[in-house]
Formats: sequence, structure tokens, C-alpha cells
Amino acid sequence: MSNTHADTVLFVRDTMLPQEEPPSSTVGPVGWAKTNLFSGWANTLLTILSILFVAFLLQRLLPWFIAPTWHADSLSECREIFVGIARHHEGACWGVIRDRWQQLMFGFYPSELYWRPILALLLLLVALGPVLFAHLVPSRVMIFSVIYPFILPWLLWGGTVWVSVVTLAGFAVGYGVYKLALRAVPDGFAVIIAAFGTIIWWLYLTGPIANGLASVLPLALEPVASRQFGGFMLSVTIGVVAIACSLPIGIVLALGRRSDLPLVKWLCVGFIEFIRGVPLITLLFVASVLLNIFLPPGTNFDIILRVMIMTTLFASAYMAEVIRGGLAALPKGQYEGADSLGLDYWQAQRLIIMPQALKISIPGIVSTFIGVFKDTTLVSIIGLLDPLGLATAIRADTDWNGIYWELFLFIGVVFFLFCFSMSRYSMYLERKLQTGHR
Amino acid sequence: MTTLSDPPAESFKLSMLVYDTRYRAITFQIIALIAFLTLVGWLANNTIQNLADLGKEPSFGFMFEPAGYDINQRLIDYSSQSSHLRAAFVGLLNTLLVAVLGCITATIVGVIVGVLRLSGNWLIARLMTVYVEMFRNVPVLMWIVLCMAILIESLPAPSAFRGDDPASTMKLFDSVAITNRGVYVPEPLFARGLGDISVFGAFDISLDLIAILLVLGGSIFVSRRIGKKADATQEATGIRPRTWHIRTGVLLLPVIVLLGLLGFHFGYPELKGFNFAGGTHMRNSLIALWLALSLYTAAFIAEIVRAGILAISSGQSEAAAALGLRSNRIMSLVILPQALRVIIPPLISQYLNLTKNSSLAIAVGYMDITGTLMGITLNQTGRELETVLLGMLVYLAISLSISSVMNLYNNRVKLVER
Repeated sequence: MSNTHADTVLFVRDTMLPQEEPPSSTVGPVGWAKTNLFSGWANTLLTILSILFVAFLLQRLLPWFIAPTWHADSLSECREIFVGIARHHEGACWGVIRDRWQQLMFGFYPSELYWRPILALLLLLVALGPVLFAHLVPSRVMIFSVIYPFILPWLLWGGTVWVSVVTLAGFAVGYGVYKLALRAVPDGFAVIIAAFGTIIWWLYLTGPIANGLASVLPLALEPVASRQFGGFMLSVTIGVVAIACSLPIGIVLALGRRSDLPLVKWLCVGFIEFIRGVPLITLLFVASVLLNIFLPPGTNFDIILRVMIMTTLFASAYMAEVIRGGLAALPKGQYEGADSLGLDYWQAQRLIIMPQALKISIPGIVSTFIGVFKDTTLVSIIGLLDPLGLATAIRADTDWNGIYWELFLFIGVVFFLFCFSMSRYSMYLERKLQTGHR
Repeated sequence: MTTLSDPPAESFKLSMLVYDTRYRAITFQIIALIAFLTLVGWLANNTIQNLADLGKEPSFGFMFEPAGYDINQRLIDYSSQSSHLRAAFVGLLNTLLVAVLGCITATIVGVIVGVLRLSGNWLIARLMTVYVEMFRNVPVLMWIVLCMAILIESLPAPSAFRGDDPASTMKLFDSVAITNRGVYVPEPLFARGLGDISVFGAFDISLDLIAILLVLGGSIFVSRRIGKKADATQEATGIRPRTWHIRTGVLLLPVIVLLGLLGFHFGYPELKGFNFAGGTHMRNSLIALWLALSLYTAAFIAEIVRAGILAISSGQSEAAAALGLRSNRIMSLVILPQALRVIIPPLISQYLNLTKNSSLAIAVGYMDITGTLMGITLNQTGRELETVLLGMLVYLAISLSISSVMNLYNNRVKLVER
């Protein structure tokens, strides 16, 4: 039967046709534009409208942007420049940035001491190295990350180094007390006793000991008063301190909220919900007018420190909720596995639960960071000179009265760079830590 | 044979409070309670001591004294002779006003941007990405201050409208005046109005408004009944009766008749002297705050909407396409109803954020509760403790009520899981 084929079929092709090129309208730039820009009448209309919009924006913005006003010393001088080159519309007056960028960066910090905030920022990058790029930086640098929060205030505010050193020594004292207490009581109690010891050290012993050491060996930098702080330096300082302190407090609050002990749980719930229920600005009002009333008579500490305390409390409530989400997302088997290995509560948290929960919560943690950093601008409302506060001051200056786009563009771009890089970094970290559980 | 017997009854020893896990929890809680009470006691003690030193006695009596300051933006009657309490209430209404306006605008803009970000149109998707990243990564306070600066510096002064050849003219058939002192829009007026009704003697509500709302509510009810009846007919016979003209008539006619009876007309703003008179004056502070808050929050809502839509597996839209639905029907019938479940919880928290962010009104001089109670009242009476605590409580109450109402809704639409 098979032979009939050759008889009935007149022609059989025994070679393949060469592949044809795809139609030119489906490949290359034309094809791309057809699928992505002009795939229907609605899309075409949208595309044309957007192109017109972008063209209009560029046509208006570009001449404004490339105005030769870099060397102008006041807004009226800018206007003279525009009259001189006979432009029919105004351009940007970049002189204000040249004139005031140092102020926007450092506030009224003495200019001969600019090296200190700059060094602090560089050291911050070093300190963040092992946290951000754990696989690239040797883990010994981590020690530096731990002591950095104590170097930062000394560099910025100046004064004697011994306050930072003795405060740092509080942790060593706490650890010593913990080891001693461990001989008498179990783990949890030892932690409580150690915390007590550390607090007593900080409250009652740090001042006298630091003073004593400073009188023996004064290792001091020139002190800078808080009212000279300002600009992005202030924002970054408040942001970094709030972020660094809120993470541990947030972890403790999150654990407390998930605790089996009803009293601990309700205290944590009450704190978190209260802080999350009120705007940050009310907490800053507390910092500026009320905190002194809550503290022992005669206590009067720095406004920046008070703001940092309230911002930290604010950030830690949000951080706690983010971490609680991470804890809740862990499968129950992880907790049971830890129990079955015979680990106690803290060991299980440290070795099994927290590393995974924190990993899950990274996007949330970073977005809380970004939020806190943006929220540092609110301090301008209680009179601190952050970039926005300075912008108000500059706009009130007779030289620059009536200027706004250039200033806010500059401030906005700097904020954007900070926040955008943070969010991109969190995406990178998420991808890197993705170990394929899903 | 093993005999089962109860374990020997242990006598309670003090050391068991520390070493026995059954009792340890109690010990920990007692320590926590003592620490907490100590902290509270310490703070209260300090506060009492400090207030005594300052010669102030904590009391809320000052709330009933005359405020002595004026509030330019208000929804209810207020004069400088009114009490601080009423000033705070005016502020609270202003907070709620900007919060409601902002939430509505932010939702509309956010949903549009979020859906467009997923559009197949490359250019539109990129433009929306730029919008979202631009607003998300810059502090909201800067947007508020910038909006205010733009409104004040770039808009024409009322004097520019004067003269035979004015530099600027009113928009929309001479009905809207956009000036650097605010926007003047036509206000609804009633020639034969019903007057006001006083509620608890505290504030007045327009009877006209109540009448219009009642009639509108009745019309909507009737219209829905007609729709239900049409549905029933369609179920029974397979043919849907044409009802849209009746429904439109039912919705519009009674209201139009009522408006005619009440003598409804618009009061247009007019240039008188140095400023505009007549019409409703929307102050720059309100517009700047509203605009900035809604654009800022819309960027976050757009991301929430996008994430919600992406969370619906592509199988759903493919199945809908296989049934022959077109893309906008797929979106409205299949994707959105499911995506809403994912979208709503974070959306609630964005509404809360917007409400809390409205406290930044103080930066542009909009008199919300932060500006009245925690601003001028605090400065005039020197009652820091009472005003700030009261303000916090108000915000707490707003936050808790929004979240509880929305949680109720959330529970209703929640997917019933097996």
C-alpha cells in the first residue's frame, strides 16, 4: 500500500523552504512602536496626546532651565540678565542655588568645620557597608557600624569625646551585669537586670565619669551649638538616628505585641496604636513644648535631641507593625521546629525566627525608612532650619523674595535622590535574599 | 503492671517564680507592670511638680472662654467672641473637609494612574511611572509649600482684573475668578429658601440642603426599584424593557422642580473695590493643601491599585478572554472585583495617612484643628498640656473611627476561605 503514494501524488517536496523574514511591520522599531504605541485607536490617541504634552513641557522647560543666571546675586539681577538678552519669557534664577547651597546643605554650621559633617557622612557610608552589602565587606567592619552612632554626635556637636566613650561603655557594663546575673537567675531575668544596670549607668554615672575623664585628658573638638545645625545635614542626622534606633525598639515592640503575656501585649498594642493614630506633627509639638514638663524639674535638653526622641518613637511604632507582618508571614512550622530542637524563646528568635522575619519585612522596613526621612521635614514647623525651613527663610530675604521653583526644585531633587536610591536598593536586596521559597 | 497515680503534689516554693515556666510568665508580667507604673508615676509626678512650679493647674475650663481670634475659613458660624471649644470644632470641621475632599480626589487620580501604569501603551506607562516616583520620593510638606508658593506667586492679583483692558479675565463664561487670593466660584443661592434649622443650638444646617438630599434620596430609591423590576422582567422573559429614559426622568425631574420652587440661582463673584465679592471664596491655603495631599496620596494609591491588579493571576483574565469578554469588560467584571479585596486594606491606611498629613495645614495657614487648638489656642492660653493632649485625642478618635468603619467594609467583602 505504501507504494501507492508515489503513484498518486505527483510531486513531493523533499527540501524545506528557507525561513522567511518576519513581516517588516512586526519587528524592529516599527513593530515595537506598533505594538507598544499604536495598537488601536484609543492607544494611538493617548500616545499622540502624551507626545504633545511632553513636547509642550520640554518646549516650556528647556529655555527656562538653561538660563545663564548662575552668577546673579539677587532676583532683580536675574531680571536684568533677561532684559539684557531680550527674552520674551523669564528663565530660572540659578544664582540662588550658588548663593545658598552651602546653607541648604549645612545650615549655619561654621564653614571652617564643614569637614566634620562631611566626614560623618563618609563614615556613615563605611558603617552602612556591612549592613547594605554584606557579601562584599568583611564582617569585622560591623564593629565600626555598632560604634558609629556614638561617633556621629561627637563629630557633629563637638565637645569632649569622653561622653560618647562612657555612653558606649554602658553596653559593656550591661553585658558584664548580664554575665554576672546569669550565675544567679535564668536568661530572661538576667536580660532585665542587665537593662536596669545599663540605664542606671547612663542616667547617673555617665555624666560624672565623663567629666572626670575629660578633666584628666581633654580630647575635645570645637563645640557647635544645635541652633547652628540645619539643611540636609539636620535631616540626615535626625533620619539616621531615628532609623537606627527604631529598628531594635520596633523588634522589641513587635515581639511584645505577639507575646503570650496579656499585660505585655496590651501595653505594646496601646503604644503602637496610639503613636500610629496621631500625626507626627503632634508628637513634635510634644517634643517642643511638653517634653520638658514630663521630665524632672530643671531638665532642659537640646531641641534636636528631643525631636530625635519623638521621631524615634514614631518610627518604631511603624517599624513594629512592619516586623509583626514579617513574623506573621512565617509558617508555623518554623516556630514548632525551633521548639522541637529545644531552643528557648530568645534562642529561637535569634537563630530561626528573626533572620527570616526580617528578610520578609525588608521592603516594609525600607519604605518606613523612606517615610521617616521624608518626615524629617516636619521639624521646620516647630522652627528648626531643615531644608524647607531654610527655603522659607531664603524666600523672605529681600534679595531672593519671590523665588520658589529653583529652590524647591533643588530640595526636591536631593530628596528624590536619597529616597529613590533607597527604594532601588531595597528592590536589589529583595532579589538578592530571594532564596526561592515560593 | 504500672499503677497510674497523680504526680506528687508539689508545695509552692518562691524560687518557682523564677525557674518554673508555669509561674515565670506571671513574674514577668508583674515586673512589666511595676516598671510601667513606675514610669507613669514618674512622668505624672514630674508633670504635677512642673505645673505647680509654673503656677498652672491642669483644667479644661479655658475651653469655654472667648477665643478672641478670627478664623477665615469656616463651615459654621464663628466669631472672635466664640469659645475656644467652638474654635476647635471649626478647626475639626476644616480638617474633615480637606480630608474628605483629598480622599475623593486622591482615589480618582490614583485609580486612573494605577490602571494607566499597567497599560500596554509604553509612553503612557512611563509617564505615569515618572509621576508616581516623583511624588512618592519627595516629602509631602514640600509639595504643600510649593503649591502654596505657586498659587500666591504666579496667579494674577485681583487688581489685574480691573480696567477696560484687564491683564486677566474670569474663566468659564465669567463665572470663576482665579486670583492669588484664592479662587472665587459661583455659590448656590435660593430666592425662596426654607431657612436654617439649629442643631443643639450649636450650629445651623440649611433646610434647603436637607430638602434636596431627601428628594434626591427618594429619586434614587425609586430609580433602583425600576431597575430591579427591569431585572425581574429580564429574568422572566429574556427581554429587558427600556428603562433608562424613565430612570433619568425620575432622577432629575423632582430635583429640578424642587430647585425651581426654591428659586435656585447662582451668585457670581464680582470685582468690587480691591477684591472680589460674592460667590464662594476658596482660599489658597485650602486649594494648596487639597491639591498637594491628593496628588501625593494618589501616587501611593496608584501603586496599591497596580499591585492589586497584578495580584490577580493572569489565568483569570485569560479565562475571561476565552469567554469572549472584551478588555474593559474583563477589567470591570473579573479583575476589579477580585482586586478590590487586595486593594482595600492598604487603601484604608492611605486615607488615614492623608487625614493625618492634613495636620501639615499649619505650614500654609489653613485653620484646621492643629492650627486652631494646637496653634493659636495654645499660644493664647499657654495651656500646652491640655491643648496638645486634646488634639492628639481628636486625631486618635478620627483614626480609630475611620479604620473601624473601613474594617467593617473589609470584613464584608472578604473572600470566604475554605
